[in-house]
Amino acid sequence: MEHIVIIGNGIAGVTAARHIRKLSDKKITIISAETDYFFSRTALMYVYMGHMRWENIKPYEDWFWEKNRLELLTGYVKSIDPKKSTLHFADGGHMSYDQLIIASGSTTNTFGWKGLELEGVQGLVTKGDLEMLEKNAPNKKICPHAVIVGGGLIGVELAEMLRTREIEVTMLVREKAFWTSALPLAEGELLSQHIQSHGVTILHETNLDTILGDANGKVQGVVIKETQEELACNLVGITTGVKPNIAFLDGSGIETDKGILVNRKLETNIPNIYAIGDCAQQREPIGNRAAVEAVWYTGRMMGEVVAQTICGRETTYNPGHWFNSAKFFDIEFQTYGWVQPKSRRKDYEAQFHWKHKDHTKFMTLAYHKEQRTFLGINTFGIRMKHEVFDRWLTEERSIDFVIEHLKEANFDPEFYIHHEEEIRNAFNNTPVTA
Amino acid sequence: MNTIQRNMSLTGEPPKTINTQQKIATFIGVTGLFILLLASLNIDFPSKTLWLSIALGAMSVGIIWFSFAAYASKHAGIKNDGVWFKSISSRGYLAWVTGLAFTGFYIVLYFYPQYLGLTQEGDNTGLIALFDPLSYLLSGNPASQWFVYGTLYTIAILAFGVKFMLKYRHNRYERLRTLSVMFFQASFAFLIPEFMARLNSDSFSLPYYDLKNIWPLNYYNFEQYRVDSFISAGDIGLVLLLFGIASIFIITPILTYKYGKRWYCSWVCGCGGLAETAGDPFRHLSDKRLIAWKIERWVVHSVLVFVVVMTTAVVHSYLGEDASKYWLTKDVFLIGVGVFLTLLFLGIWFFKREELEKDARYGAIGYLAIILILIGMHFTAGKTLFLFDAETLRSSYGFLIGAIFSGVIGTGFYPIFGNRVWCRFGCPMAAILGLQQRLFSRFRITTNGGQCISCGNCSTYCEMGIDVKAYAQKGENIVRASCVGCGICSAVCPRGVLKLENGPLENRIQGNEILLGNDVDLMKYVNQN
Repeated sequence: MEHIVIIGNGIAGVTAARHIRKLSDKKITIISAETDYFFSRTALMYVYMGHMRWENIKPYEDWFWEKNRLELLTGYVKSIDPKKSTLHFADGGHMSYDQLIIASGSTTNTFGWKGLELEGVQGLVTKGDLEMLEKNAPNKKICPHAVIVGGGLIGVELAEMLRTREIEVTMLVREKAFWTSALPLAEGELLSQHIQSHGVTILHETNLDTILGDANGKVQGVVIKETQEELACNLVGITTGVKPNIAFLDGSGIETDKGILVNRKLETNIPNIYAIGDCAQQREPIGNRAAVEAVWYTGRMMGEVVAQTICGRETTYNPGHWFNSAKFFDIEFQTYGWVQPKSRRKDYEAQFHWKHKDHTKFMTLAYHKEQRTFLGINTFGIRMKHEVFDRWLTEERSIDFVIEHLKEANFDPEFYIHHEEEIRNAFNNTPVTA
Repeated sequence: MNTIQRNMSLTGEPPKTINTQQKIATFIGVTGLFILLLASLNIDFPSKTLWLSIALGAMSVGIIWFSFAAYASKHAGIKNDGVWFKSISSRGYLAWVTGLAFTGFYIVLYFYPQYLGLTQEGDNTGLIALFDPLSYLLSGNPASQWFVYGTLYTIAILAFGVKFMLKYRHNRYERLRTLSVMFFQASFAFLIPEFMARLNSDSFSLPYYDLKNIWPLNYYNFEQYRVDSFISAGDIGLVLLLFGIASIFIITPILTYKYGKRWYCSWVCGCGGLAETAGDPFRHLSDKRLIAWKIERWVVHSVLVFVVVMTTAVVHSYLGEDASKYWLTKDVFLIGVGVFLTLLFLGIWFFKREELEKDARYGAIGYLAIILILIGMHFTAGKTLFLFDAETLRSSYGFLIGAIFSGVIGTGFYPIFGNRVWCRFGCPMAAILGLQQRLFSRFRITTNGGQCISCGNCSTYCEMGIDVKAYAQKGENIVRASCVGCGICSAVCPRGVLKLENGPLENRIQGNEILLGNDVDLMKYVNQN
């Protein structure tokens, strides 16, 4: 029986395994060094916050794996020998495969700052990170003050987590406002406001210089690059993005760049070895997408695609319209299509911003200046239907149509106050801006 | 050096237990409770009206002030921080103490009301006597243990209702729903029946009737004393009796078709009302495992069959034999029940069989067979109706289901099993509404395309123990018999994935893995299998 081995039990690897099982009777082994069972990485924060226990963030009950004949193996793959189709484990064991799917995910991205090795400096990506956080920041007595480096999705999650234990949090954000590497400035500013209203200090346009430690190798502060000012703290959260977790592939012959290089069929340069999820890098980026997409949803899609190919239906990774979501303290965020931040905005992209007077609901709709084609939406505090926006993007509807029909896309709970008319009026009264 | 022992179970520490205002509020509330305790120890308060007002007022003020102190200064939004760390909400010591205290209270209430001061001949004493002034004010009668219970129950729903509305003040669905249960409890369950009692005289008597308490939840509604009382009360009584019958056979199916069972279970029902307000801090304790769902289906439907058999037997026992006196005789009634159940079964079998799980089919066939055999045996073998005497059936149902299940376990064990144990495993009304909701209703929880991240908040906070994310992560809508439509899954979802709504019956359940974002060809492949 053909043996499919999957390195990584995250959403990409597990989705691949599930779909291969649906389509075939192949022997499937999922290897993880991190946890015995699949868990939702995006839910790590809720365990620290006391919303859920560890068992609540496992998407499947433990019997699921045996019932579906998905063999789970806890172990660290040290190296891959493609010539012999064999994996070598850190504990000395080995395993052979017929087809190999690498779904090893991400690790914390750092910029080589001094002091990264100190106790109390950490990212928030793995279960190990969560355990470390419980040790480094169990309460405000042991950890009165934390510094978070990076104004992005993981940074705000970490800030929210620490605030639930009333730990003072200072965020160092390189840009003028929160997450403007992905969002228009107007939205970033509103988010910065909201995050600050939760008692987080944000230092904008501020970079980390070095991390300071005490005699015991524990972190005691950071130095800010711009001012050379010292900030005392007991925890430094490194949340400047993630990078593919591929160090173990050195010397395997598998071609890598930032991530594992794959073609549209998610094949690496070596036959029978595929890479999916956060660790994969498209040789040619697809549309507006990044070459490395470290997103839950793309990992899941790649898992579905590779399963088809492995089960004999060669399929290319051909993602549909971009979508994503997040939550910033109390403000939910969804995006459909592309609303570009200033750095990536093309000349033809016009943006209409609307904000509710309470500043917890706002949105941006992007459209083509001349053709008026709708390009995408960022919506904050108002839920929108994925299916409807997906259809409108496919049908290349105009911005005017979208504004007119916005109510059809509303996904807020029943009895919520609607703002479509207010948005329409604002749109009709706004001159076109770039 | 810190010497805190930690294990790998990832248990965290809540920042602070309660703030100063909450401590004061707790003191006030406990003072009110303490007065009640003193009263039940037979301390004779000089002015009962005054001390009762102080006790009830202190408890209400305590709860409401506590809630303001907890939520008012915080942002509107989800308030689940530390839920699994706090002793009271994570089956810790406080949870066990509270659970045992409530359980004890229920046992005394149901089985030893004399310890609360109920006196058959002469004036009440103790706790019940303390409530006499309020009871005289409302109905003109002395208080009973049920009046005491009803008053405390109503105060709990009202005060904890305020707490719930503060907690979910960003969510209009939750606020409206809570206002609704508070209204129905205060008026229909508490005040109206007391006022109705005022109408009673020597020549005119209506039974105590909470109009929204529908058979089979109100399992005693068609017992002889009540039916006699309805009929003897003339037109009003007859209207009430007919309303009781119409409630289950006409009104309930229509409303459930249009809105799902939530119109009752989380907007109107008193059991639901207490679960959603006082029980809210325990909603995450429900068992989410698949095995729990299986047990739930068997237990709740068995209770339904039990109540149908019991009610049939009870009604049968007081009907006449002589068709010339009244058309509805024992035989007509029994045959009618048999025909009705058979038709109901056949209807479901022919139109909705595909939607039934295998065990549901076996169960349905099995139960129908048992009922028909019982009726058949009655006619062939003679008098032994349903093997047991009707009165035996009635009293054992009242004891096992009415008292032990719904009260002692269902409410007493909130802090251990969660707040909807009765609704989920025991309530025959919920079972009927659930069948309708599953098979014939416009209600569903819609999943928003491919936005689910399997985080598990929805499942964790589902009080009915539904593994919501199991559907959401596949892009499927959630159509489950047990869903009471509380809306909390939608509220706690961090990605805006879930929405409770009423819509057309077509595509109510999407069986496909429609995860938008992929190209169409792939989705075709994925859905082929």
